[in-house]
Amino acid sequence: MMRAFLHVLLMALLAFAGVTHAQAIEPMPFADHAQELRFQHLTQQLRCPMCQNETLADSNAPIARDLRNQIFQLMQQGKSDDEIRQYLVDRYSDYVLYDPPLKPGTWLLWFGPLLILCGGAGGVLVAIRKRSRAESASSLSADGMSADNTPTDNRDDW
Amino acid sequence: MNRLLPFFGFMLLVVLFGFGIWWNTQHDQSAIPSPLLNKPAPAFVLPKLYEPTQTVSKADLLGKPYLLNVFASWCVECGAEHPVLEAEGTSLGVQLVGYNYKDAPADAKRWLAEHGNPYNVLIADEPGNTAIDFGVYGAPESFLIDAKGVIRYKHIGPLTPDVVASELKPAIAALSREAQP
Repeated sequence: MMRAFLHVLLMALLAFAGVTHAQAIEPMPFADHAQELRFQHLTQQLRCPMCQNETLADSNAPIARDLRNQIFQLMQQGKSDDEIRQYLVDRYSDYVLYDPPLKPGTWLLWFGPLLILCGGAGGVLVAIRKRSRAESASSLSADGMSADNTPTDNRDDW
Repeated sequence: MNRLLPFFGFMLLVVLFGFGIWWNTQHDQSAIPSPLLNKPAPAFVLPKLYEPTQTVSKADLLGKPYLLNVFASWCVECGAEHPVLEAEGTSLGVQLVGYNYKDAPADAKRWLAEHGNPYNVLIADEPGNTAIDFGVYGAPESFLIDAKGVIRYKHIGPLTPDVVASELKPAIAALSREAQP
């Protein structure tokens, strides 16, 4: 009984998933399957300017539909993927690209993480150096106690 | 000192998050900076809303600066913007060009009859193709275009009295300063 109910529920959910998907992507008269795949690949790399968390391929916004149509038209005119991307960047700026181009304005974005990593590595290196110097400076006995039998403070208190 | 280090680290994060929150209240995250700013406006030829057989082109509007206001009857925020245009439109000192975007002409005319028509020129882009050249992705949007046809200022979202006073009017004043050297 339970199993049958779950089965029905699952089917209903799958049916709805199909409905929303069909709404988002209307059929287009592609010349062949390769062109359709190219179109899907390209629109998945581009961001809808209206609803910025969705790709042009997924978005249901009117502007996304217009831009999909425009991309389709440009493809029919024999434009390359790069030309189509540039067409959109000229009008909607780099925002439409999920992959930001490398240029002076995006250097921090591209190399910032590397800078932070280097900073962290430098910090760790300095800490290790300091500690090893402190250890060699304080004359430790074998059991970690100093000569007057009090525990040594290696400054490792947190 | 070493004991306080985690606390300082924590404070640094608090300051960083605080800055993020402050930054987001100051900036509209959905506004995309237009790459067309300070570049020639795209060429266009569009029919007039009330006389669809006549067209208006970019060349027709050259010679005097104008404010191109993208609006639509389906656009909720345009309703909020409209009283501002009605009140301030004539005091701006530039032509107001209404750009009816992706709208059925009958709906647009009904909307204008209801809310008033502050525009000197009214053009209609029902398919919305020309709007792509302008980088329009929603309504309302406003472009200030100078006498030479260059886009000098763009505002995304409704023009509020605040925006008109602090951004649009200074931009128009800069244009008229250029015109009389």
